Amino acid sequence: MRPLSLLALLLGAAVVLLPFFWMVSLSLKPADEIFSARVDLLPSRLAWENYATAFTEVPLARFLMNGVIVCGGILVFQVVFAVPCAYALAQRRFPGRTLLFGLVLAGLLVPFHVTAIPIFLGLAELRLLNTYTALIVPFVASVFGIFLFRQFFAAMPAELFEAARVDGLSETAIVWRIAFPLAWPAATAFAVFSVTAHWNDLFWPLIATSDPALATPPRGIVYFRDAEAGDDVGPLMAASVVVTTPLIAGFLLAQRRVTQGIATGGLKA
Amino acid sequence: MRLSRTARERATDLWLAGPATLAMIGLIFAPVAIVAVLSFTDYQFGALTFRWIGWENYATLFTDPIGRKAVTNTLIYVAVVIPFAMGLALVVALGLHNLAARFPRISATLRAAYFLPVAATLVAMALAWQMLLHPSIGLVNQTLGGLGLPAPDWLSDRGLVIYTLAAIGIWQSVGYNMVLFLAGLAAIPPDLYEAAEVDGATKGWERFWTVTWPMLGPTTLFVAVITATQAFRVFETVATLTRGGPAFASDTLVYALYREGFEYFKAGYASAITMVFFVVMVALTLAQFRVLERRVHYR
Repeated sequence: MRPLSLLALLLGAAVVLLPFFWMVSLSLKPADEIFSARVDLLPSRLAWENYATAFTEVPLARFLMNGVIVCGGILVFQVVFAVPCAYALAQRRFPGRTLLFGLVLAGLLVPFHVTAIPIFLGLAELRLLNTYTALIVPFVASVFGIFLFRQFFAAMPAELFEAARVDGLSETAIVWRIAFPLAWPAATAFAVFSVTAHWNDLFWPLIATSDPALATPPRGIVYFRDAEAGDDVGPLMAASVVVTTPLIAGFLLAQRRVTQGIATGGLKA
Repeated sequence: MRLSRTARERATDLWLAGPATLAMIGLIFAPVAIVAVLSFTDYQFGALTFRWIGWENYATLFTDPIGRKAVTNTLIYVAVVIPFAMGLALVVALGLHNLAARFPRISATLRAAYFLPVAATLVAMALAWQMLLHPSIGLVNQTLGGLGLPAPDWLSDRGLVIYTLAAIGIWQSVGYNMVLFLAGLAAIPPDLYEAAEVDGATKGWERFWTVTWPMLGPTTLFVAVITATQAFRVFETVATLTRGGPAFASDTLVYALYREGFEYFKAGYASAITMVFFVVMVALTLAQFRVLERRVHYR
């Protein structure tokens, strides 16, 4: 029984890994081998030129940079908005606090897709479509971030912040110099969640931009796929490998954190 | 003096919580209200005026052949993805859980392999699938052809395409569900198995039905809801591989909302699609909250 189930698990894993294997294999195959009638699992020689072509045929480096700008911009703004609000919700008493927390919970019910049409209308009105702003601004209010940080801050002892107040620190200083550094585990979990979601997103970049110079990585490879006439499979797969590698590498490095995060709360609202 | 102090405190609260509140209202709640209103109009992007048309957009979605296709395709997709993405994840999790006792390293490596699709960029992987399933140069059809088996046109056969997309959806979500099941399995106290053995449940499947399955109940429910929420959102693979085609055979709710709204600029109709999608998502998320609460309660 044991060897049989191990065999089944290995076979299953092989099936799961097949698209990855095929993507990497094609990305390293010379064109004539890709289009030959006889299919080989591995390239006969490593055609690294596919990678060079991918970077010259389309502005792949630009796509990657756009991905970094957009994901970085979104993450920074999300944190700047969410952390002070979460701190106020967890450690301060003010009228409307319960209502505000209710809004945060209600916000968790709203997938981004639902807000796309009015946000598109608003950005069009402000003539902001086809800008980095259009790619970043719709996501700056992360209710998930506020919720996550609030739970974390609520578990911290109030005396800690009381002591800081006695020492003459302003509330803003307490938020950024005491509360935020202590919430580092929440911040990493949130960063993983946010960056993965926005690096991989195709929905909003497809709507908010039509300028290839602003394409994020997934949008960029779709441009590439649509532009090539079917004869650039090798470079296209090379571009796909390049786009997906940063997240895979990040996952393999932070594997335990990521899986623990998912297991403890269904991270991914 | 006291009054000015409270005023100062209120100003601090406003400074801390105000920006996020405004952003939340402007980017989440106001848009939801606007979508709800637009769904009862015939508004088109760029138009200067609009008319109130009541429930007409909703009626179109559920009676027009194309609208109905989006609804039924989404339901088929979800109905296929949920059982397979859960069943396979459970089988894999059970296997890896048992394996971990004897070969922890192999188990951990396999776990990472099964999780890889979750971490990968779906659009890039969709392109990899496209090449794998390519009718002439794809590995799948070349292998099938080599074995003398029929080689179907996975992504352009009208009867097949939604199932092909569902298969990719399953491939993508098994790893995530597996992680949740593994956590559920790890939380089962080992003495329950000992007790079951004393009671005569010695065979593997007896132990599964008397201990594992009942104890996994809350996890299973949670996984079901999460899988459903993810499946209802299917967009990336449709947009990358089929654009809802051929002949709307793989059209889904979110893709229809994208196409009607942002390619045909029918904002009113797209808003109605959005609202239908929204109602389903709210129901599922509320279920998720309740399940999560129960899960915590059990501990």
